[in-house]
Amino acid sequence: MSDDGHHESGAHRGVSTKTMEIVVALLTLALGLVVIYDSRRVGAGWAEDGPQAGYFPFYIGIILCFASAWTLWQTLFSGKAAAGVFVSHKKLRLVLSVFVPAVIYVAATWFIGIYVASAAFIGVFMYWHGRFAWSRIVPVSLSVPVAMFLLFEVWFLVPLPKGPLEALIGY
Amino acid sequence: MEEFSSLMQGFSVALTYHNLLFMFVGILLGVLIGVLPGLGGANGVAILLPLTFTMPPTSAIIMLSCIYWGALFGGAITSILFNIPGEPWSVATTFDGHPMAKAGRAGEALTAAFTSSFIGALIAVIVITFLAPLVAKFSLKFGPPEFFAVQLLTFCSFVGLGKGHPAKTIAAMMLGFALAAVGLDTVTGTLRMTFGTTELLRGFDFLIAVIGLFGIGEILLTMEEGLAFKGVHARINPRVVWHTWKQLPKYWMTALRGTLIGCWMGITPGGATPASFMSYGIAKRFSKTGEKFGTGEMEGVVAPETAAHAAGTSALLPMLTLGIPGSPTAAVLLGGLLIWGLQPGPLLFVEQKDFVWGLIASMYLGNIVGLIIVLTTVPWWAAILRVPFSIIAPIIVVICAIGAYTVHNAMLDVALMLVFGVVGYLFKKLDYPLAPLVLALVLGDMAESSFRQSMLLSRGEVSIFWSNGLVGSICALAMLMLFWPVITKLLARLRRGDNDLDEARPVE
Repeated sequence: MSDDGHHESGAHRGVSTKTMEIVVALLTLALGLVVIYDSRRVGAGWAEDGPQAGYFPFYIGIILCFASAWTLWQTLFSGKAAAGVFVSHKKLRLVLSVFVPAVIYVAATWFIGIYVASAAFIGVFMYWHGRFAWSRIVPVSLSVPVAMFLLFEVWFLVPLPKGPLEALIGY
Repeated sequence: MEEFSSLMQGFSVALTYHNLLFMFVGILLGVLIGVLPGLGGANGVAILLPLTFTMPPTSAIIMLSCIYWGALFGGAITSILFNIPGEPWSVATTFDGHPMAKAGRAGEALTAAFTSSFIGALIAVIVITFLAPLVAKFSLKFGPPEFFAVQLLTFCSFVGLGKGHPAKTIAAMMLGFALAAVGLDTVTGTLRMTFGTTELLRGFDFLIAVIGLFGIGEILLTMEEGLAFKGVHARINPRVVWHTWKQLPKYWMTALRGTLIGCWMGITPGGATPASFMSYGIAKRFSKTGEKFGTGEMEGVVAPETAAHAAGTSALLPMLTLGIPGSPTAAVLLGGLLIWGLQPGPLLFVEQKDFVWGLIASMYLGNIVGLIIVLTTVPWWAAILRVPFSIIAPIIVVICAIGAYTVHNAMLDVALMLVFGVVGYLFKKLDYPLAPLVLALVLGDMAESSFRQSMLLSRGEVSIFWSNGLVGSICALAMLMLFWPVITKLLARLRRGDNDLDEARPVE
């Protein structure tokens, strides 16, 4: 995603809006083609007993391709295309500093359950971004999963993903 | 007048000590459910349904419908304060509610939202009380082509009235339809776009998309702007409430229009979500300050809230009179009725008078109790805002993850939520509107099935969509909405041409 735009200098260096417009339009165009392809695979026509499974999505795919091509054309050839920086490197780092931990958190949930992962995620986030003292981090990061546990597991009877720790205490 | 005496009798049923208690508990639980993203009204009612099996049916339905009212109210709280719609029908409330909150007018936005919801619901209950038999007859005329036409109208009005570029609006909308088509095709049993993955069999749930697009997307955007919920302060006290109430009568027309749209969409099962979007779009078109919509206009809060509540309330009408649920939550309540051994339909009004009129009376009372509860508990919800962002942000991510997981008890959905978060971030920065995407995802299945049924009826002839006056006029209106930007441009050019001529004449 991090593609260097060369038109700005200094602190404003980053990914250009035009690049991102093109990338997103190409992605939606590709999705449109996938929809068309799959609709044709399952049948986009008329069977004996009525419209086939791909009948409706086929047209959705065509309109999606058309709209993406329109956006692409606008970005590339129309003078009105957006200029400027989509996101500077500095800001991208900030965004990633929350997105990457979130990805790790979700991945960790598979192995250690949502309660332990949540406690760790909240604790790390508070330490890293808020520079809180441990005397505040520990009670907050522990009380949230406990409240969630009471609310979902006990009160609403909704089971959430659990790991080895919950198994140890009999859940 | 017969309705009036029945209603009075209903009040005597609803106003017992324990029914009032159930009402109170129901509203509080409902607000909680509405505030938690992912735990919607339908889920909440479904989860709590087993708890009510031991209660008498009247008390049970009073409590469950109050959960529903509470969820309708609660959805507005997170939409306005955090830009996270707790419910799909509060998505449109975020458009102006959140900018208002950001500008330090959270108290006003919340009061306006709650009051409009209350007014929408109240008028809808009056409609239910007095027009029930008449409306039931009309909705019997609705066939698949009419349903599809109404949906077409909703989508076309987005393209024509939206502020974004039409190409981007259409792309976002089609993306929603495409995602809605993924999974098992219920008509033919064919697997569509699953590419051999069993996890994709379920398809994409709109709740996952909403949680990702709005919840995670907003966190990413907020991070980019620095570690703060900028300027969101919610001071709500009697003075703010009174000040807002004094301003609200200005928007009586918007509220009335929203309520009418809501009643219409609730009775003809369009539902609260499209009703709120449609009301917002139309309010924007007709407002004198339409161009300011999206920057924090109170009118932009009044429009979707009145419509959502009116639709949510009137959705119970076809459920009671015909056994056709007008919304997912009404469908769950219908399931409850059957479990309690009550057969919905016109006979219910004859055989179970106490039940029907007790329920209708509780709608009046429940909404009054609801308004009082939400207005008094908002400072408590707003206190969340004083917590630093570096604590709130991970908690919101955790709540979003839990919300995404509980929809289908699937871990893949949590991962998908993150993907939708990135999509939300990109789309928001590139001015792709998110609302049409979500709406298409919500209504995709319904639109497709009504389209298919229409095609089956006509053996593939598209002319079925103008085969009678009703469907024809809705379709014509849809086309008018779709080409509205072109029409206004042409009209402007014509008018300018006339002016040029007028100016030219005196010279001659």
